[in-house]
Amino acid sequence: MSFERFYVHNGQAWALAQVPVLDEVSFRREILESCAAAGRLVSLFAHGPKDKNICIYAVVGMDHEGRLSVFSMQVPAGKTGFESLTPVLPQAHLFEREIAEQSGLQPQGHPWPKPVRRHQNYSFYQIHSEEVHEVAVGPVHAGIIEPGHFRFQCHGEEVLNLEIQLGYQHRGIEKMMEEISLERAVLVAESVAGDTVIGHTSAFCSNIEALSDTQVPLQAEMIRAMALELERLANHVGDLGALSTDIGFLPVSAYYGRLRGEFLNLSMELCGSRFGRSLCRPGGVLFSLDEGMIDDFRRRLLKAKKDFTDVAELFFSTPSVLSRLESTGRISRQAVEQLGLVGLTARACGHERDVRTDYASGMFRFHHIPVSTASSGDVYARALVRRLEAQRSIEFLLEALQQIPSGELLNKPSRLKPDSMALSMAEGWRGEIAHVAITDSQSRICRYKIKDPSFNNWMALSLAVRGGQISDFPLCNKSFNLSYAGHDL
Amino acid sequence: MWQILINRFKQGYRTIAYPKQVPGFPGRYRGRPVDVKGPVNLGELLFNEEAAAEGCFTYSKDHRMAVSNKEDLVAQGDEIRLAGALNDKMKRLFGRSLKLRQVCAGGCNGCEAEIQVTNIVVFDLSRFGIQFVASPRHADGLVITGPVTKNMELALKKTYEAMPHPKIVIAVGSCAISGGPFRGSTEVRNGADSVVPVDLYIPGCPPHPLTILDGLLRMLDRLEKKQ
Ligand code: SF4
Repeated sequence: MSFERFYVHNGQAWALAQVPVLDEVSFRREILESCAAAGRLVSLFAHGPKDKNICIYAVVGMDHEGRLSVFSMQVPAGKTGFESLTPVLPQAHLFEREIAEQSGLQPQGHPWPKPVRRHQNYSFYQIHSEEVHEVAVGPVHAGIIEPGHFRFQCHGEEVLNLEIQLGYQHRGIEKMMEEISLERAVLVAESVAGDTVIGHTSAFCSNIEALSDTQVPLQAEMIRAMALELERLANHVGDLGALSTDIGFLPVSAYYGRLRGEFLNLSMELCGSRFGRSLCRPGGVLFSLDEGMIDDFRRRLLKAKKDFTDVAELFFSTPSVLSRLESTGRISRQAVEQLGLVGLTARACGHERDVRTDYASGMFRFHHIPVSTASSGDVYARALVRRLEAQRSIEFLLEALQQIPSGELLNKPSRLKPDSMALSMAEGWRGEIAHVAITDSQSRICRYKIKDPSFNNWMALSLAVRGGQISDFPLCNKSFNLSYAGHDL
Repeated sequence: MWQILINRFKQGYRTIAYPKQVPGFPGRYRGRPVDVKGPVNLGELLFNEEAAAEGCFTYSKDHRMAVSNKEDLVAQGDEIRLAGALNDKMKRLFGRSLKLRQVCAGGCNGCEAEIQVTNIVVFDLSRFGIQFVASPRHADGLVITGPVTKNMELALKKTYEAMPHPKIVIAVGSCAISGGPFRGSTEVRNGADSVVPVDLYIPGCPPHPLTILDGLLRMLDRLEKKQ
């Protein structure tokens, strides 16, 4: 069966009826063919109440073309499963498990059909041998961090396998989005992952704007882009601090920690919240910077830039730091392709994957931030990419401060279009955030699909520690610093 | 080595003089609601900008808002009854050394991040004798964030039970007090006190590190009386 492909862009809405509906065989073939032709699964999810006509939607990103192909498959009534793609397309593994959990449809032949966010009756993978021991950690961890369970199979110090079970943070966000008002939904979007408020909220807002044909004022676009980079800065600097703590380089860890605070405080100047809450709203933003604040921001950013350069120079030129970071927790380039890893994890393996460039939207259409990459795929590479990106974010902010457009801050969105679908992506500091919204005939949101970069990338952590020492786990973990909340929703 | 020393010198002394001096908050900071016309529940408030736009209250620059009783979360007029000190026996035990264990029970990581920050050089929690420890067995108090998801309920209960008596429980953030933005979701309980008894409520989404610090010190009676 041949069909006309349907392409969309980041931040676009379209009528649901425009999405090609394929039968199972062609749906499967289309996914495999487009992924073979440099495509990548951005989203794959089921829509439809249990036992009714379920529809599976696929969004395949063509990174080099800057567009995404959307198509769907109607699952015939009474059918309880579909042939799993995972054995031939590993990057589908978690998407398919999620479909099974959310819709009840079973991916037949899935090599690892375990729960994603519900925990009943699951037994972990085990290696049976007298020489192998098991280490179980979590869900409550020793530090002040989110809950998750890690199960190691170790041979002495060597990790043979790490299995990660998440879901402890599952708050039912996608379901809530279908039930609550838009005014409340934006507050929930701000709370998908508390360290990525701008990333998730700007994607949410962009969906609402697309679904209501709202033009976002230029000033608002600029403020959003600046806030996104400020968020990246705060987190990257904080992560470099966390890495320093883990290798026992305490002075540097303290400097990074304080510097992170400087960026969070800038965010508070802008919108009253250290994490960018109450800034993005459908239609624009609630705050901007006046002349005095711009000067103050510039002064503080220049100071922070100098401090960051000094501290990073010290960190990256200390031999004992380098020897600890290099070759630890390595991920291969192939793994990035096979598992569809995104964000700085992918860039640290030499993949130029960045929504700001590949699917530029908002201000990033006019202000291009060069993509930062490293090649070795280890903890060092992930630290280095953070350093480079932090520098570029500061540069961007300093430049943007001189060019904030004047005019409106917010155009109030009107009613959403009925029977439509929208897709918005943002390059959060961890990587690609993708939100898909579907409206029903009453213009209400009837399906809201969120994908945090952590959803793609948790598997990378398992791979990074495989074959390494279990004592390297904390360092590897910090080098990704993935979100539990973002994964668990 | 020299590099490290030079850098150390450049970085200077960074710990703030709190509680002797309270640093100023920027103009847009949303602190404790004042001029409250109808009752406003600080435990349910998400401290978002729009909440004040309806004219029921205005946000002040006051960061202090921790309370001991759930009823005190409801603000009227300009004042609220801030948290009181522990009783004498508890104060004798914990006043100069308090070990806390943190459990994230479904928060978004915003509250955890701000709790974490009380440890950094700027706030330096440890100078007050307060410390976060790795095991509930070593802890005097439990700090809970998040609305308590169904998936975390058991782990939270077990952590609570593993702590020796007497113990204190502190709920940090709207989620842990009322469910916060997730209030009403079928996947969560609406706050920590549906599972364990709570002694101190620290509102905010997330609360500023100084709000957290203020709450802890208030409970330990370590603040100047005139405040
Ligand atoms: S209260 Fe707000 S910041 Fe704290 S965990 Fe809940 S949603 Fe996150």
